[in-house]
Amino acid sequence: MKIPYYPGCSLKTTGKNLEVSAIAAAKTLGIEMVEIPKWNCCGTVFSLTEDDLMHHVAPVRNLLRVQEMSGNGSVDTPNKMVTLCSMCFNTMKSAAGRVSRNAEDLVKINSFMNLEEDYKGKVQVLHLLEIIRDMGFDKVKEKVSRPLNGLSVAPYYGCMLLRPADIGIDDPEDPTIGKDLFEALGADVVDNPYKKVCCGAFHTVNDKSLVADLGYEILTRAQKAGGEAITTSCPLCAFNLDNRQKEISAAHPEFKQMPVFYFSQLMALAFGLGEEECMFEGNYVDPRPLLKSKNLL
Amino acid sequence: MSEVSDGENERIGVYVCHCGGNISEVVDVEAVADFARDLPGVVLSRTNEHMCSELGQKQVAEDIAEHKLDRVVIAACSPQFHEKTFRTTLSKSGLNPFLLEMANIREQDSWVHHDEPEKATQKAKDLVAAAVAKARFDTPLDRRSIPIGKRVLVIGGGIAGIQASLNLGDAGFKVYLVEKEPSIGGKMAQLSRTFPTEDCSACILSPKMADVPANPNITLFTNSKVESVDGYLGNFSVKVKQKPTFVDPVKCLCCGACEEVCPVTAPDEFEAGLAQRKAIYVPYDFAVPHKYLIDEERCLRLKRGKDVCGLCIKACPHDAIDFNQKPRTQDFTVDTVIVATGYDTFDATKKKTYGYGRFENVVTALQMERMIVNSVQGKPLRKMGKRIAFVQCVGSRDEQVGNEYCSRICCMYATKMSQLLKRSDPSRDVYVFYTDLRAFGKGFEEYYKRAQDSGVKFVRGRPAELFEDPETKKILFKVEDTLSRQVIETEFDLVVLSTGLVPNPGTKPVAEMLKLAKSPDGFLQEAHPKFKPEDTLTEGVFLAGTVQGPKDIPDTVGQANAAALRAVRLMNQESYSMEPLMAFVDADSCDGCGLCVPACPSGAITLEAKKARINEALCKGCGSCTAWCPRDALDLHCYSNLQLAAQIEVALATKKKNQQRILVFADDMTAYRLADNVGTARMSYSADTRIIKIPSGSRVTPKLMLEAFSKGADGIFIGESEKKSSSYPHSLAEIERNVARVKEILTEAGIEPERIRFSQFVTVMLAGFVKQMNSLADFCAWSGSIPASKRKVVLKDLGEKLFARSGKESAQI
Repeated sequence: MKIPYYPGCSLKTTGKNLEVSAIAAAKTLGIEMVEIPKWNCCGTVFSLTEDDLMHHVAPVRNLLRVQEMSGNGSVDTPNKMVTLCSMCFNTMKSAAGRVSRNAEDLVKINSFMNLEEDYKGKVQVLHLLEIIRDMGFDKVKEKVSRPLNGLSVAPYYGCMLLRPADIGIDDPEDPTIGKDLFEALGADVVDNPYKKVCCGAFHTVNDKSLVADLGYEILTRAQKAGGEAITTSCPLCAFNLDNRQKEISAAHPEFKQMPVFYFSQLMALAFGLGEEECMFEGNYVDPRPLLKSKNLL
Repeated sequence: MSEVSDGENERIGVYVCHCGGNISEVVDVEAVADFARDLPGVVLSRTNEHMCSELGQKQVAEDIAEHKLDRVVIAACSPQFHEKTFRTTLSKSGLNPFLLEMANIREQDSWVHHDEPEKATQKAKDLVAAAVAKARFDTPLDRRSIPIGKRVLVIGGGIAGIQASLNLGDAGFKVYLVEKEPSIGGKMAQLSRTFPTEDCSACILSPKMADVPANPNITLFTNSKVESVDGYLGNFSVKVKQKPTFVDPVKCLCCGACEEVCPVTAPDEFEAGLAQRKAIYVPYDFAVPHKYLIDEERCLRLKRGKDVCGLCIKACPHDAIDFNQKPRTQDFTVDTVIVATGYDTFDATKKKTYGYGRFENVVTALQMERMIVNSVQGKPLRKMGKRIAFVQCVGSRDEQVGNEYCSRICCMYATKMSQLLKRSDPSRDVYVFYTDLRAFGKGFEEYYKRAQDSGVKFVRGRPAELFEDPETKKILFKVEDTLSRQVIETEFDLVVLSTGLVPNPGTKPVAEMLKLAKSPDGFLQEAHPKFKPEDTLTEGVFLAGTVQGPKDIPDTVGQANAAALRAVRLMNQESYSMEPLMAFVDADSCDGCGLCVPACPSGAITLEAKKARINEALCKGCGSCTAWCPRDALDLHCYSNLQLAAQIEVALATKKKNQQRILVFADDMTAYRLADNVGTARMSYSADTRIIKIPSGSRVTPKLMLEAFSKGADGIFIGESEKKSSSYPHSLAEIERNVARVKEILTEAGIEPERIRFSQFVTVMLAGFVKQMNSLADFCAWSGSIPASKRKVVLKDLGEKLFARSGKESAQI
């Protein structure tokens, strides 16, 4: 499968370890993620204002790039695209849905972008996790050469991958996609009751202590449930749960720091890929001592 | 005001109603009356402030006598409100009641075109002209009379079914009461106390339950299901299937010896799963009938074969166990039906964030009812702890689980149980976390206050998610007290989910058998929310209790009493007259081709002596046969070919250059009422529309549609009931075929086929109706007018186009 891939800003900066590991892991599964040329900002937050069409120009323009790729044969999945960042996924899928359901909006946005060809409203926005689920976790199991036996993982979902229900890729109240994936990789999966609790999102910019408080709850609940590491698919969640452990430790001296993995890093590890692909050095809390203690490195 | 003109053959009186300004503030009613005066056949035309008033009716009666009127046209509100009123007026004045026509100039005119008074007045004129044109072809008709006896089927043996049955039995009617569970009593039997009086629920219910088998007029079937109901008012044939209990009810003396030896245990339904019972059991202490029965799903012998177990047979001293019992089927005929199939409690596992089924200290309200009853009796079902919280609106007022409605009883049962718990042990901390506390009934607010005084803490705010402490198993959650705006983080020993009411799954097959409609909340739809809350749209079928929507015990009992009365009202009439809406055959035109015979879904048409004949008892009056007749020999009373053609012609006659007209054929049951509802909601749509009422969209023959285009229609819309709620479920396919054929002919003539549209509706799709009307009007405006040359072509060689009679397949294409 050769599919257009939309990275977004974080994947090139703080979330580089997500991009590198995901592209490598997907390749192992036969998914070639082809970066969309000339991509621009995803729009970051989907505007819910009825008449605020301007906000949707950015995501629709990216969808137009995918439509062009579908036409010129550079990919073999017509009118489909894959994202990695939960936020990009949510914004682009919401925008794609709005213009495909509402012909009038589509006409307006197209006439605004009048120097380009018309976007036809057909592109389907997917997250890598749902592509993997639809392939079947058995396929994932087949590729595992280094099972993550003995590693206790608590999947964390956050909000953008799940909500609202018609955009999310799993049951917003009781998601299982992470559990299914990590079990296929051979890990012990523990259920963190705080798996959907807010990470603090953009408050990380102006209110570090608030984000640290939330992170403390989420991480200690995961530890209480028996988790040794937490996982995420969102660069912002990762930043808040990983990098903010510095602030958490300052506020709670007894707090034991724990690694925060991207789902793709654990895939790359289990698939037997090298440190270059896993890119653990990009994580704030270094997961390598834990992995070494489990004989996984 | 009146002006008598020389009539032609008919002497029609037209009355235009002001409706106290509802019409006259938009429509120029005097202009409409003046216009009507010049219509053919009209001898008199008046306006009146309130036609439906006694004065208005008196005027009609006087005019009939004085001016020898032989037809009456009333231009006023929708016929669904006062058609009956005026028919009675005509009858009393010696005129056949079917010589009345109504023009709906309120719901379908003044209330939808309030911003365009000129167009509204023009539309009113056209609607009146169409009604006059139709009236000219009205013929005197007789209602069909069917005999009706005094037998009634009551489905469901909860408090609603019990109450209705006892009323009817006492009044001398023959009652068949069917209950699917082994005992009557329903959910009320499980409750601790009733709010707000705190009567012991079992104590007030059990005497009523005992009265049922004691009543000589009531035949009780427990452990039974209604397999089928066919027929109509006065003649419903019913098939009831009774499951075997495997215990002879005459021999069984309830000594309990069998239960002691039975090795199988199962969750006790009566104790809401908090206790165990055996596979041979009595449902509960005061069950009616109070006899042992064997649970087919659990009994080892019934599951694994007749050599297995059999301990109960040996233990029974009275030889009452009988594994050879077979299901029994009973057939009987009743005249009316009362549906009292009740509710089910919301399945709390669907609200995943509350952890019911995962957390041991989260229970449902029904479980708490049983816990309270059993602790009062000194044998608690489980530990309650010191800190107890009720979480309200679980499965109610929650769009996430698809239930938008309020379940109406949860606020009060939580108020009841919380204070019972607090009063029985004041050291307990009892909290109620609510959305809004709705204490609307008699004595409810006082009862709520009493709960507060007793020390129960009411907090306005609901937790989003409950968490279980992995070690202590206590339940933790965060909640915002929205009155003090404080976020509370708290911990409880026990959390009670105040689950709402949902439609009973057993209602679905019953509703399908009786062709009853559901309202958007899934409960059954009453015929009128204000005046016929117990009736359904199926004549002779009534609703009692929570099958129609959530309600408490007094409301349920009240509705059960009312349903019984509504049934008595019909059954005491001894005969019932049905509308004369049915097909008829013009024997001179019929050539006996027989195309219509297989086309009738009710099998009402037969060929006799090479002529089609209608069986009047079977004909349901949809009119779909009329489209199958190549010779216009099949016709429909009340909506004849001549009448529809005349209505179409005059509705288009006043069209001026640069104007357009959309004809909307709306089925009586849904689309016409929907159009009324749009008016009642004061929504607007294109004033170019002219609505014509029909019994079903399948009555609009291709010929009528094409005639409409040839005479100036710019668009045609057919609105029909959604299949599952339609009295004529077959008609959708008929309409689709008719429309497809007309589209082909239009396309050949160079007319845009999109000018004819068809849609299914339910009566609540207000916005959808408006959108469809405007979309068709916009399309026609955008496409421009149809040139006369093209309009002529559509009717050319119509017979050959529609009825290719050569070849083996002679049916209409």
